[in-house]
Amino acid sequence: MTITLNGEKKQMPDGITVIALLEFLKIQRQRVAVELNREIVKKDLYGTTAIKEGDSLEVVSFMAGGGFEF
Amino acid sequence: MIDDALIIAGIEFNSRLWVGTGKYKDFAETKKAIEASGADVVTVSVRRVNIIDKGKENLLDYIDPKKYKILPNTAGCYTAKDAVRTAMLAAEAGITKLVKLEVIGDEKTLFPDNEATLEAAKALVKEGLIVLPYVSDDPIVARKLVDIGCPAVMPLAAPIGSGLGIRNPYNLLIIMQTVKVPIIVDAGVGTASDVALAMELGCDAVLLNTAIAGAKDPISMAQAMKYGVLAGRLAYKAGRIPKKLYATASSPIEGMIGN
Repeated sequence: MTITLNGEKKQMPDGITVIALLEFLKIQRQRVAVELNREIVKKDLYGTTAIKEGDSLEVVSFMAGGGFEF
Repeated sequence: MIDDALIIAGIEFNSRLWVGTGKYKDFAETKKAIEASGADVVTVSVRRVNIIDKGKENLLDYIDPKKYKILPNTAGCYTAKDAVRTAMLAAEAGITKLVKLEVIGDEKTLFPDNEATLEAAKALVKEGLIVLPYVSDDPIVARKLVDIGCPAVMPLAAPIGSGLGIRNPYNLLIIMQTVKVPIIVDAGVGTASDVALAMELGCDAVLLNTAIAGAKDPISMAQAMKYGVLAGRLAYKAGRIPKKLYATASSPIEGMIGN
């Protein structure tokens, strides 16, 4: 299935959960926050939240930046 | 200076110098500069995780959240909606409930959009976040932000990254007399004397980034800023002499050799 991950189209196995996606991407879940279709996914729901075809995900973390930074 | 700790929303801060993490050459330099500054608060932005280059190092591998207080910011947000979204994601990451709220109003000046900042602050306070807003040096807006539950305010000294220093010390003084919460000067300072001046005025802390990261020798400037804050704070607490137009001799007249 195709999903949009951080603004880019990606192919992922059907029905992959948020936790499986993070593991697949080798992302430490402790330091990230996830939005699924603009709704925050609570950390304790990562294991039970399945991603569907066409879903849009944002995975964010803390980066360098003081005031205004890009 | 533990006996002079700054307390905001029950959180004890051991340093009155807070620093940003942007614009450094690499993470190693960031780490060194932060260590040299003595700051225990570091501000970070909230951005998309790099999913292409997974091996890329992460800032938090260098800045240990157990050692430093992480202050996520909403830098780059131009609307209340975006700032709230960013701040909520930062809180969900699970390290802290603190957020430095920035809603920018204009690309050229990076001045805050005070109206949108108020709107976003209201929403985030309601969600239980500890909102520290970046704001113009405007006592009225500062008061409104405190009224809606911000436990500190962060007025600018000058435009972000400008290095112009404290442009309006009198407004900062009025803010301090208007609100009874800590005042953290945020943005626009250029060198150690700017920081010292902010502290001498009675501000509770200073947050800066570019003045250190952009210096020719960031590590030395970080140290200079550390001493600037300490000197300014001590001078404020010591109580300076009043300014007078004419001289006052500091040596006694008595016992001078005669003609």
